[in-house]
Amino acid sequence: MIRTLLILLLTALPASAETMRMAVTTSFDASGLAEVLLPEIAAETGIEVQLLVVGTGQALRLGEAGDVDAVLVHSRTAEEAFVEAGHATHRREIMYNDFVLIGPTGDPAGIAGAPDAAAALTRIAESRAPFVSRGDDSGTHKAELALWDAAGIAPEGAWYRPTGSGMGAALNTTVAMGAYILSDRATWLNFGNREGMAVLFEGDPALFNQYAYLPMNPARHPHVASGAAMAVEDWLTSEKGQALISGFTIAGERLFTANAMPAAK
Amino acid sequence: MDDLLDGLAAAVRLIVTADAELIAITLLSLRVTLTAVAIACLIGLPLGAWLAVRRFRWRRAVIATLNALIGLPPVVVGLVVYLMLSRSGPFGVLGLLFTPTAMIVAQVVIVTPLVASIAHQAMRELWAEYHDLLISLGATRRQRVLALILDGRRSLLTAALAGFGRAIGEVGAIMIVGGNIDGATRVLTTAIALETGRGDFALALGLGFVLIALALIVSGASHWAMRTERQSRW
Repeated sequence: MIRTLLILLLTALPASAETMRMAVTTSFDASGLAEVLLPEIAAETGIEVQLLVVGTGQALRLGEAGDVDAVLVHSRTAEEAFVEAGHATHRREIMYNDFVLIGPTGDPAGIAGAPDAAAALTRIAESRAPFVSRGDDSGTHKAELALWDAAGIAPEGAWYRPTGSGMGAALNTTVAMGAYILSDRATWLNFGNREGMAVLFEGDPALFNQYAYLPMNPARHPHVASGAAMAVEDWLTSEKGQALISGFTIAGERLFTANAMPAAK
Repeated sequence: MDDLLDGLAAAVRLIVTADAELIAITLLSLRVTLTAVAIACLIGLPLGAWLAVRRFRWRRAVIATLNALIGLPPVVVGLVVYLMLSRSGPFGVLGLLFTPTAMIVAQVVIVTPLVASIAHQAMRELWAEYHDLLISLGATRRQRVLALILDGRRSLLTAALAGFGRAIGEVGAIMIVGGNIDGATRVLTTAIALETGRGDFALALGLGFVLIALALIVSGASHWAMRTERQSRW
């Protein structure tokens, strides 16, 4: 009995199929899309994709250090700088969704009728209603900062609360404080603890959220599984992969829209 | 209150249905923590005993350092181990990052000071009692350490269990060096953090109850194996 237990504890798990590591943003995993795509990728390409779920900033750091084979993130400026620096071979757009402003159903700042996202944020700032920021250098955080910038406001004061946490943790904080927050739609729809909160503002083109796939540069890190990374890119941008992404719904709502351009690198 | 009851219900459901994923992450939790505690004991118990027996110039400084290291923040340990094992770090070629081995390394660093410190406290008192006897028998230093470890085994079990308790509930370090990869490095604590992030408090609490049950089983089993805490014996 003890011996079997010891053997069980000490033997490494067999690495059966080809594996690759991909750092993805929290929304890809928290939305449930990963659970749909990964088994399909494994079945069709024989590649087991291991996900590291982190913010865009950390995902790019992992890629830069050569600790992952590819990243799937959403922050165009950071991605372009990343390719420019030679860490990734290229950047391929895969799909998009959008950001939404979430707040208490009572809407104390009255953002529901705002003409655009900048105006909605201005109303929150003017009414000093609590606003939770990711504050973690993630893609969502960067998008939020760009929106404040567009509104011409430098958010600070007791009402502005950066938490330095992932999307889910930040949403939990928001719910507990009855605050406002900028979230990607997918994570919100798949989020369990929504008490008294609702999507209050959506639809501004400024809230567009593009996801892109960046395979690491084998010239920089010879050990990266670039064959597998390319195969996964091909699958994600294939007709089948794109159809699965666009066909993924929660409660009848489509979460992501696939928009990869046909292969022409 | 409802959330707590939902959590209990989720725990019962997971256990009754023998959920395959739950079994996999529970076994990995056990494998990582037991291996880490075993290694920490191999280092920490003799170190504690040796510190009790041996007198040398920097002894107090070493003991003070050891006690301070108990408070080492796991996140810092995780970050340092990450930087060491990263492909850009000194041990990057080993390719150990985001594997159970990396998690074991981090936990050994976290647990060893605790095990060594508790072992040292226990051995110091035992040594006060045994000192004259062992010296008069002309025991060598090695024999003295062995005698202390053998006769103090119950206090040493406490040291090991304290180490187990710290390691099994740890999340900060193993999240960084393990990456919480589904099917590869996900353990009970990182799964709890994940489900909390998804706002699924019932499942997170359910996993928490499983974790507590696991700690109870391990502690009970080790007391049974060492035959301590029985009515007729102390």
